[in-house]
Amino acid sequence: MNFNTKSPWILHYDGTSCNGCDIEVLACLTPLYDVERFGVINTGNPRHADILLITGSVNDQSIPVVKQLYEQMADPKVVVAVGICATSGGLFTDCYNVVGGVDKVLPVDVYVPGCAARPQAIIDGVVKALAILDEKQNAMKK
Amino acid sequence: MMLAIQIILIVVLTPLVGGLLAGFDRIISARVQGRKGPPLLQPFYDVLKLLQKENIQVNKTYKFYVYVSLLFIILTAVIMLIGGDILLAIFVLTLGAIFFVFGGYASQSPYSIIGAERELLQMMAYEPMVLITAAGLYMVSKTFFIGEIIARDVPAIVYLPAVFIGFVYILTFKLRKSPFDLSLGHHAHQELVQGISTEYSGTELAVIEITHWYETIISLVFVYIFFVTSNPISHVFAIIACIVVYLFEIILDNSTVRVKWQLALKSAWIVTGVLSIMNLMILSFFKF
Repeated sequence: MNFNTKSPWILHYDGTSCNGCDIEVLACLTPLYDVERFGVINTGNPRHADILLITGSVNDQSIPVVKQLYEQMADPKVVVAVGICATSGGLFTDCYNVVGGVDKVLPVDVYVPGCAARPQAIIDGVVKALAILDEKQNAMKK
Repeated sequence: MMLAIQIILIVVLTPLVGGLLAGFDRIISARVQGRKGPPLLQPFYDVLKLLQKENIQVNKTYKFYVYVSLLFIILTAVIMLIGGDILLAIFVLTLGAIFFVFGGYASQSPYSIIGAERELLQMMAYEPMVLITAAGLYMVSKTFFIGEIIARDVPAIVYLPAVFIGFVYILTFKLRKSPFDLSLGHHAHQELVQGISTEYSGTELAVIEITHWYETIISLVFVYIFFVTSNPISHVFAIIACIVVYLFEIILDNSTVRVKWQLALKSAWIVTGVLSIMNLMILSFFKF
């Protein structure tokens, strides 16, 4: 039996977000949504995390940071792109200083659209990420 | 043979009870904050998940210290719960804590080194009081053996109320609760990434968690010793006292913020120093 679906620890990184999605991510931890019901902990340490939540598009400055965070996480791990900027670059796609969505740098598993993404959508995205986490765990066992 | 069975039971049951207490702690904390909270078995899910994770190694030695720390903490639990020498238990407990600090230094991350330094400061703050507790219990019962300390007619709390309050004060350090969770917090508390455990992942993080379960029980056994007498009923009171103290720590954890190390160190020394010296002086004047 895999226990990672029962205790997903989340690392939250702000690529170049306007903080709209970040506030919604933190709203998930408040009494109204309370994601700790599902064992979710907001860790702040990539070595302990299972799920990498990235908000905002990436640029040349944040690419090495995002890559390093991803490399420091222990397998199995999943990446969730939160907000339209993280999924495709959104409004800022054509800006000279923006590379695009997170999938330009990392293998993104779940896309959560929205500007800003609603807490319900983020929780839904994390739950979808858990199924992928479970698959990856099974693949690791083989 | 009886002793062997007893030791096996202690080694197996202590972390189970400690883990349940941790789950209880998380639910109570969530309720205090107006949330529903995770299931009771959440700490066990966390540990089982960590055991299934990938094994990352940043250097050759740093993982070794965590296992040594666990070994010494288990030894402490066994010494205390079979009624052994309280002084020996305290020294072995300190050794376990020191090896955990070594682990922080050995992982070489700047965050874990700062965590290790803070852990050393915390040990400086609480260690004198732990020794004074043992000294106080010796003054009352003229023995360091827990089995004999608890086999008296009058509970130690009657003679050592101030020492007990001082011990509860430093229990906050030992249980890693606010306002004194400088080196490594629990729940959503973070400080400098994750303190000593920054570079630990997977199995070793699970071992750190299990070590903490043992430490919680060891801390509460100290509380237990203050209340137990030769009368069997007193065990019920002692367990109630442990639960009350633990609930108090949870509420304190949720209603205070982390203090600076200067305040933590000074207040710990002043509070425990004044309370325990007064208590021991009065005891030596009037009783013995």
